Amino acid sequence: MKTNTCSVSLSINGEKKTFATRPDEKLLDLLRREGYKGTKYGCGQGTCGACTVIMDGRAVYACLLYAMQAEGRKVRTIESMGTYDKPAPIQQELVAAGAVQCGYCIPGIIMSATALMEAEKDISDETAKEYMDGNLCRCTGYEKIWVALRRTIDRAAAEPKKKASAKGGKK
Amino acid sequence: MKRHELAKHLKQVNHSVTKIDAMQLALGKDSYVADFLPKDALVIKMLWSPHAHARIKKMDVSRAEKMPGVKCVLWHGNVPRIVHCTAGQGYPEPSPYDTFMFDNKVRFVGDRVAAVAAETEEQALAALEAIKVEYEVLKPVFTLDEAMAPGAPVIHDEPEAHVPIPITYEPKKNLVAHVACEAGSFKKGMAEADFTFDQTYETPYAQHCPIEPYTSMAQITPAGRILITTSTQVPFHCRRIVARTLGIPVQKIRVVKPRIGGGFGCKQEILLEDVTAMMALRTGRPCLWRFDREETFRTGRTRHPFHIRLRAGVKKDGTITAIGLECINNTGAYGGHGLTVVSCSGGKTLPLYHCDNILFDGKSYYTNLPVGGAYRGFGATQAFFAIESLMDHMAEAIGMDPLKFRQINHIRPGEGSPIFQALGEGREGLPMTVGSNALGECIVQGAEAAGWEKRQDWRKKTGRYRRGIGMCCLMQGSSIPDIDMGAATIKINEDGSFNLNVGATDLGTGSDTVLAQIAAEELETTTDKMIVYSSDTDMTPFDVGAYASSTTYLSGEAVRKAAADAKRQILATGAEMLGLKPEEVHCEDAHVLNADGSKKVSYSDIANYSLYQKNQYQIIGTASHITKKSPPPFAAHFAEVEVDTLTGFVKVLNYVSTIDCGTAVNPTLCEGQTEGGTLNGISYALTEEYLFDETGKMQNASFADYHIYSMRDRPNIKAILVPSYEDTGPFGAKSVSEICINGPAPAIGNAIYNATGARLNEFPFTPEKVLKAIKAVKK
Repeated sequence: MKTNTCSVSLSINGEKKTFATRPDEKLLDLLRREGYKGTKYGCGQGTCGACTVIMDGRAVYACLLYAMQAEGRKVRTIESMGTYDKPAPIQQELVAAGAVQCGYCIPGIIMSATALMEAEKDISDETAKEYMDGNLCRCTGYEKIWVALRRTIDRAAAEPKKKASAKGGKK
Repeated sequence: MKRHELAKHLKQVNHSVTKIDAMQLALGKDSYVADFLPKDALVIKMLWSPHAHARIKKMDVSRAEKMPGVKCVLWHGNVPRIVHCTAGQGYPEPSPYDTFMFDNKVRFVGDRVAAVAAETEEQALAALEAIKVEYEVLKPVFTLDEAMAPGAPVIHDEPEAHVPIPITYEPKKNLVAHVACEAGSFKKGMAEADFTFDQTYETPYAQHCPIEPYTSMAQITPAGRILITTSTQVPFHCRRIVARTLGIPVQKIRVVKPRIGGGFGCKQEILLEDVTAMMALRTGRPCLWRFDREETFRTGRTRHPFHIRLRAGVKKDGTITAIGLECINNTGAYGGHGLTVVSCSGGKTLPLYHCDNILFDGKSYYTNLPVGGAYRGFGATQAFFAIESLMDHMAEAIGMDPLKFRQINHIRPGEGSPIFQALGEGREGLPMTVGSNALGECIVQGAEAAGWEKRQDWRKKTGRYRRGIGMCCLMQGSSIPDIDMGAATIKINEDGSFNLNVGATDLGTGSDTVLAQIAAEELETTTDKMIVYSSDTDMTPFDVGAYASSTTYLSGEAVRKAAADAKRQILATGAEMLGLKPEEVHCEDAHVLNADGSKKVSYSDIANYSLYQKNQYQIIGTASHITKKSPPPFAAHFAEVEVDTLTGFVKVLNYVSTIDCGTAVNPTLCEGQTEGGTLNGISYALTEEYLFDETGKMQNASFADYHIYSMRDRPNIKAILVPSYEDTGPFGAKSVSEICINGPAPAIGNAIYNATGARLNEFPFTPEKVLKAIKAVKK
């Protein structure tokens, strides 16, 4: 057994951490056993998106990745997104729109939406759907999720303009 | 004030209050079964049958038991042989007792053979490979024809198989259930018709696909009891069935339901909990069993496939003279819900249209295929595909607009149907007249939103891409009358907040929120004052659970009555504090006050007075509720599709889903139920199906191969809530969640016909089937 153990060092939600792992352990299992339980198991086949986390800016399926593939990478999970006192805009909008039914897909939805909003500018409906296509929801029919996502995107599109102009000012 | 406006003055009900657990779930806090896994938990894995039908001749688990990390192996040689039923229904169940924790016979690919609990999943999986099983392979039964054939292999030949109530059950013929009734004379009705019809329809297997798979955990408490934390819709039935299956008292077991990651009926089944509980008993360790996605498809419960023969007669003026509905469901290897699903295929559909001569015949047969169970819609889904397809067919024969044909025939407020009494669930139903009914308005509003007036005959359409519009009407029920019971308790705290403890089970629908709104409305306070705790067999009163569209209507009324009970006590204490008589005061805005408001005292002050100061007691209300009615919600659905006549691909362009659910307690949540159920129905109509190989093994057990709709696939869905007021429900409410899944298959089928002239009596409407049907069309 000992020969099979090894370690992985990565940044999780901004904290540098080292964990013992095995070559065959999936990132999802490592995250959940280390307390990042907002990341969910839904299919283990890379098809439902409940386990979505952000790795170096890209939304990835934690159920498909081996833990060791996260070596030296920056991983972000739902736990980094918000708190009761300060929920992220996407969390506020999902709750306000009534988009959270059973809620099991929601952490993954939030991580994919975050990756989308950080990677893309002037996000069209088509681009948004492309990014969200890998996150399945069986409760909502996506209607309210879509409304919340579009509102969040539009809110963010309104805000960075201020930031951009402030940056521009500095230049 | 008009009846449907009765809910307009309400302050908590009929408002889109934010779902009370939404932020917890959006933040990713520990909420679901697997989130509460203790560090020292063992992992359970199951060895599944590779054969559809076989007897286990020999089995050796000794090597597996000695493998590293293995703590326990369960198989038929070392567990009690107690026959039971896994369907989470009332007691005694209207379903056969035909299941054992483990048996020496396997009846479908994916049946239980042996379970291992080990320190790690890898160790458990390795141990499964070390279990030696010798099978005597038996001839399998894969189709209804094979199951019904004289001399067919008997799937349940065990002597213990029986039903606990006096209903038809003939396992030697593979017959799980038979129910039939006739109102008027079907034969006479057919003779009176100007046009008669005789059609057959097939509906497919489907899986519920909650994103959280089946998950169950059991542990032994310091007091020596078994604590089962599980993803279930039926915690109290779970406790009862586990107690029976293990041969231990109910008292030894506590079942807790945390947040549930969706169920849609599949978690109305006790499919894991007996094994997790037994493993915990045997090992003394916490044990977790979670199905993977493949297991959820193969072994999890499914929607019963139906074979339907529908005959009907109609006069030229649109009078329906006869309806004969014959349904046979394939219940798979075990018979839970076999009878009730087939009963509901008549009971929840046939009252919809006026007809004096109705014949119903429903049968359920075993096969060696995956097991049917409860699935949102519950038989009505399958039967409505046939009925609503034939309604269009009949309308065309008499040259009437299918919308008008439905308008002149649908049931009106104040009308009954002999079917309500003839078809119950396991026994006769209750006579009932329809109270609230806004179906007429649903049709009008839906038609306008869908652009029905621009609909044209298919014969006028040309070109590769052809558009069409189809519609259907629907009904369901709200709880099972005289059988289902829900109960609630509500008590006050010092700050004027309330603990609302309910047996009702929120499986992600938002029922905790809806029940809190009902309690707050009755108590004249706000929903945010409610601390809701649901479904814990030690801590909350009983409730049958979340099924049969019962929670808002039935458990909601229990909550209203419990709140009224607490309110009487609040008024009495408030009056005592104000030096007035209880009849001189009333409740308003979390205060007790006199008529002109000159004397008032807050709920917080009343709580402090009653808990600490004088004549101390706990203000606590409790109530139970059963119903004598199952008021149907009504709906009209409209689908606009575009059919590619070159490939057969069907694209849904627009979908309008109207619903009369009485008072919408929480309109946003009602819309959410309607949108979600509708998309599930669209996905079922167009893509979802089980593909089997020649051994009876399901071949497409993944989301890659069993396609459910994604955000990109989703068409425009417009949900329209059409208010009515159901006098027997809490603040006018009836059910909302199931009905919406019944519409897409017939509405889309009718739209495909309107686009192309191709009539499909079988779905999913895959391009192959559609193309074949288009090629068969003769103009």
